Amino acid sequence: MIIAVASGKGGTGKTTVAANLAKTLTDRRVTLIDCDVEEPNCHLFINPAPVQTEPHTVYVPSVDKTACTACGACSTLCQFKAIITIKDSTLVFPELCHSCRGCEIVCPENAISEGSRETGQIHRGESDHITLVWGSLRIGEAMAVPLISSVLERGTAFGRERTVIIDAPPGTSCPVIEAVKGADFTVLVTEPTPFGLHDLKLAAGMTRKLSLPMGVVINRSTSGDRGVHDFCRDEAIPVLLEIPDDRRIAEAYSNGILMVDALPEYREQFRSLLETITRKAAGR
Amino acid sequence: MKEIVIISGKGGTGKTTLTAALASLWKNNITADCDVDAADMHLLLNPTVLETHDFFSGVVPEIDAELCTACGLCVESCAFGAISPDIVINRIDCEGCTVCHHVCPVDAVALRERHCGFWYRSDTRFGPLVHAELGIAEENSGKLVTLIKKEAKALAQSVNAETVLVDGSPGIGCPVISSLSGADLVVVVTEPTVSGVHDMDRVLQLAAHFRVPAGVAINKADLNEEASRRIEEKTAAAGAVPLGRIPYDQVFTRAMVDRKTIIEFDRGEAAAAVAGISEAIRSLVRTTED
Repeated sequence: MIIAVASGKGGTGKTTVAANLAKTLTDRRVTLIDCDVEEPNCHLFINPAPVQTEPHTVYVPSVDKTACTACGACSTLCQFKAIITIKDSTLVFPELCHSCRGCEIVCPENAISEGSRETGQIHRGESDHITLVWGSLRIGEAMAVPLISSVLERGTAFGRERTVIIDAPPGTSCPVIEAVKGADFTVLVTEPTPFGLHDLKLAAGMTRKLSLPMGVVINRSTSGDRGVHDFCRDEAIPVLLEIPDDRRIAEAYSNGILMVDALPEYREQFRSLLETITRKAAGR
Repeated sequence: MKEIVIISGKGGTGKTTLTAALASLWKNNITADCDVDAADMHLLLNPTVLETHDFFSGVVPEIDAELCTACGLCVESCAFGAISPDIVINRIDCEGCTVCHHVCPVDAVALRERHCGFWYRSDTRFGPLVHAELGIAEENSGKLVTLIKKEAKALAQSVNAETVLVDGSPGIGCPVISSLSGADLVVVVTEPTVSGVHDMDRVLQLAAHFRVPAGVAINKADLNEEASRRIEEKTAAAGAVPLGRIPYDQVFTRAMVDRKTIIEFDRGEAAAAVAGISEAIRSLVRTTED
């Protein structure tokens, strides 16, 4: 089973829910995939060792200058201004390339072949029963989606019998969709504030558009107002777990300690969270 | 005119709370909400929308079933797997590269402009706000950020505003890079947690990469004194300027629930700390080049 943990708003507790859930499932092998490649944080709480790292590359065109006639077919096709024909030469701007290979397809001289460019790294490490796979986007790199897609591919390669937990990036646009679209169930983490509610509505809309079953975890549930609870009731979205606003949780988090380790009374809650998810993902 | 971009790396550290407070304290500024993925500024500033504009970006292919011979060439050629074997385009996976349009032997693939959302020019109790709404599951948030910034800047020039305050996105990718372009100063809002420190590190490297001077404000500073000190050390080591500390206080949540800025809502320590940071940003922005 693949469980994705997402949220519209950042900082609501996605990593907290994903990592605590993974840590609780001591009776099985769990793969935790951190898809927030712009700001990956799971490793700070899971502390895997040793860590294997490999570079992540994407396709970019490589132009054979001797074969290129500067006809401009490639630059006319390219929607991303990544390949431009000026006078008698063709220039590639690799950081704008979306790797569609259209330039290679249209080139009448076969002057374009496969090149590559590094956009970040993929890391993998073990800690007890958890295999953590995560990506880190190179500083200054704009395109996160191809790296997210490779991290997911790596993390889901261990077979369907493993429980896979995905920590998604914040927001509701391309990087998030890439992270959650293959999941069996989506957990939306929010906080009971006007910001939390507004962004939960967006995240729930996204999840519906992808036709994924979902449930909500309300973090810091004893603060704020009742807007999130009312929304979930009106929209018939199940509230799976409420985590109270407890300074001890925040302090443990600040030191990189998971709440199920710092405050064992929460272990049972995460165990029953998984049971609820399993039941709901099976449509019961 | 100076452009200040408020970012954080990690989400939920208080970007919008700080930006809204600055908007309420400063006179003669334009506010731009560039967190187009999850735009929340309007919830605090309660804008009156003056203009609504469509945001189109890129193209989306459309297959004419009458012309299509189901030869499958488009399916094979799509690098994003966005066309199913029975020749249906999945708009979510489509990047708008137009390869399908190009390879189709019977011209059955038409290209349409892609409507990705809306942007607005509004008025608020603290002056003009330029903001946007990206359609759910839409792309090109970077382009929308660039558009919002361009409109906010044009507006600032026309009304002779001193500052454009840009509320940015979490992360370090496409929308954040777009928000940094042309900025005079980056204000990083962080928190003293392992992830706050880790993410601030990356965002300061990003600011340095694009050669934008940076200042760092620590929210919830008393949550972890040791981590707050580490943030200040890292700030100095990165050549950035410390802007001050904000206490961990429930009053921020109460102000948000009341849809007010902390400056309007609180008369205590929390508002005073934010006002202090506002002054530190003001002094720092004076030192940036024109």
